[in-house]
Amino acid sequence: RYYEYMFGHSRRRTRGRRPLAARAEPQLFQLQVVIEAGDPGCDRHPQLTSSEAYHLTVTEPVAILKAYEVWGALRGLETFSQLVHEDDYGSFLVNESEINDFPRFAHRGVLLDTSRHYLPLKSILTNLDAMAFNKFNVLHWHIVDDQSFPYQSIYFPELSDKGAYSSNLIYTPTDVQLVIEYARLRGIRVIPEFDTPGHTQSWGKGQKDLLTPCYNGGQPTGSFGPVNPVWNTTYDFMTKFFKEISSVFPDEFIHLGGDEVDFSCWKSNPEVKEFMKKKGFGTDYAKLESYYVQNIVDIVSSYNKGQMVWQEVFDHKAQLKPDTVVQVWMANNYAHELSSVTGAGFTTILSAPWYLDYISYGQDWKKYYSVEPLNFPGSEEQKKLVIGGEACLWGEFVDATNLTPRLWPRASAVGERLWSSSNVTNLQDAYKRLTNHRCRML
Amino acid sequence: AENEPSWETPCSELLVYVSTPGCDGFPSLDSKESYKLSVSKGSMLLSAETIWGALRGLETFSQLVGRDENGTYYINETEIVDFPRFPHRGLLLDTSRHYLPLRAILETLDVMAYNKFNVFHWHIVDDPSFPYESSTFPELSKQGAFNAMTHVYTASDVRTVIEHARLRGIRVIVEFDTPGHTLSWGPGAPGLLTPCYVGKDPSGVYGPINPIVNSTYQFVTSLFKEVSAVFPDFFLHLGGDEVDFTCWKSNPEIRAFMKEMGFGEDYKKLESFYIQRLLHIVSSLGKGYIVWQEVFDNDVKLRPDTIIHVWKENSMQYVSEMANVTRAGYRALLSAPWYLNRISYGQDWIAAYKVEPLSFAGSPEQKALVIGGEACMWGEYVDVTNLTPRLW
Repeated sequence: RYYEYMFGHSRRRTRGRRPLAARAEPQLFQLQVVIEAGDPGCDRHPQLTSSEAYHLTVTEPVAILKAYEVWGALRGLETFSQLVHEDDYGSFLVNESEINDFPRFAHRGVLLDTSRHYLPLKSILTNLDAMAFNKFNVLHWHIVDDQSFPYQSIYFPELSDKGAYSSNLIYTPTDVQLVIEYARLRGIRVIPEFDTPGHTQSWGKGQKDLLTPCYNGGQPTGSFGPVNPVWNTTYDFMTKFFKEISSVFPDEFIHLGGDEVDFSCWKSNPEVKEFMKKKGFGTDYAKLESYYVQNIVDIVSSYNKGQMVWQEVFDHKAQLKPDTVVQVWMANNYAHELSSVTGAGFTTILSAPWYLDYISYGQDWKKYYSVEPLNFPGSEEQKKLVIGGEACLWGEFVDATNLTPRLWPRASAVGERLWSSSNVTNLQDAYKRLTNHRCRML
Repeated sequence: AENEPSWETPCSELLVYVSTPGCDGFPSLDSKESYKLSVSKGSMLLSAETIWGALRGLETFSQLVGRDENGTYYINETEIVDFPRFPHRGLLLDTSRHYLPLRAILETLDVMAYNKFNVFHWHIVDDPSFPYESSTFPELSKQGAFNAMTHVYTASDVRTVIEHARLRGIRVIVEFDTPGHTLSWGPGAPGLLTPCYVGKDPSGVYGPINPIVNSTYQFVTSLFKEVSAVFPDFFLHLGGDEVDFTCWKSNPEIRAFMKEMGFGEDYKKLESFYIQRLLHIVSSLGKGYIVWQEVFDNDVKLRPDTIIHVWKENSMQYVSEMANVTRAGYRALLSAPWYLNRISYGQDWIAAYKVEPLSFAGSPEQKALVIGGEACMWGEYVDVTNLTPRLW
């Protein structure tokens, strides 16, 4: 595909003709790609610990792209394709170059939300292409939420039957595998998020007795709240459900969500209140939330998957596994949160300043570019725990009609911030390169 | 079975009756767009005085047709008498900050028709580029377009836009904004723009159109003669906004002229001098004109049939501007609260919807002078890759 990217889209109309005499310029005939590891990884999935470093030497007659693993080769190929340019006569040129490159952060992600609005497969795949152009390596697939449940589950088909917007606005197992493989070929991990116990209204449509019935004055109101943490059946369901998810999604991590749990429904429910008493949680519903989350963590761990969670899970003091990744998303004083999370020894990724769904007039890419993730009070060891970040495109006002122009090239600013060295901060220089890059992506 | 709709004999024909023929003409500010739509058992009738009303009614009719789960098309029995509140309902596209390929403009015209817009305000040239291919002054686009081969509107392109619009009952009002917003005119028209000075020497930078030399007015006459012929609508938009006086002030010849004319230090008088001559030229070409509000604010002497385009927005200042413009007896167009290029998060359509154009202090006669408004999509951050989702 890189051949097509470099040579397939010649836009130049020949304005003049170069003399046909033998060229005096040096010619590049070949790009040799060398992968040094015994097991290059071509048949495997990329991981957090994958090597993405590469060494590119462009000189006549043969250029060499060397990388330890295939993932580095992909990054190098992207860079090489950016170096190739076309002159006014339609000749392709590349400058003699020596590049030694590797990412600053290992987790460089984009979050897509396919629940607030369904995103057709094509949209997701186009986005994976754009991510590869920007060396992103994680697709955080926020696949279900309150509004709709498009994930077609094998064990629980009713979830999407009843919970999707409609029968054709779903992701079949084939669709899911297609996304995972398309991503893999671009060195992109797919981390699914099945957000619970909040953000689960759509789950209740296809799974009776999963959500908490809300009460008013001793009577059920007919509406439901978060997942019910006191019933055994909840955990039976989750055990089976996450068994499926663990086998469908090959990445080592699953995102469990855990954000914005509204306690009012729990508080209204007599069974839940009874349970709180029994457990000695008093009136601290954060403890109930933590109790729930800890159970899910145990379930998911038993399937040998690592977990990612939104910051509230940490803030509410749930007991987490040491390798849990905490995603910091709340914009208010996120530097302080980064200190707390890393101070407690957890790895973390930053999203708070990169909510790209919050559009505004003008060149807002500059503020995304100017974020310095390690600008928080903390020791060297703490700073090492920041493994990266994610640009989030929540879907309340986004669907296939506006996703691409809304996300790109603004996300490119985040991509560079996460890959490049911390001293690459010059906005004027970035502007020049970003405008070129945008045209190239188009 | 109960509760099943009782399907009547299928209606197979919508009869369209237009009392005043005019299919070959162009829509105008005075065009009647009213229509009546009658749908009943076995008979569907759309009647309008003019073809333009029929187009509006056809759009409404198309919106009434529904389709059920079985794929059957149906329409409710309906009786509609409809007409627009405002006769000028426009959309501005900016093809200078970013070139918009023809298909983007034509697609926009289609969507305008779905929304009963009837004016396409084509802000065709500005500082960054001059994509309009002029037959009188071909160098303007040759030197001023982003790319003279690929980023221009040929005479044929312009005709295509005008006809595509006409078939949808949409007027094309072109804007050649002067004397400011003209940097791209400079390369193709040497001597047109004012050379700016630093001290006694020209700085190499140029400013607005030079209002003191005769060549300017010869140029303007020739250009607008062509533009008047190319664009059939009675109105031209002459711009006149955001004229920066610093360059004029720096130029010694202009300062001398100011003295000679007794304008003192009031450069608004110089702007007024230029605009008045421009208006005279355009009038003698048989066209009416629309100008941005500064032309009114800066006390330029205007003809009574001038239309003032209100665009400045800062804490609802446009409300008092609308009052002032109409109190002075001019017709007004409102755009200030409808700068759709100024995107923001969430359902900002609500703020645009809530605007009440006549909510200013004034007499009924004043309010009658508000002929409508325009949604503006300025192009600083807009091109074909994001125009449609940003606008609609």
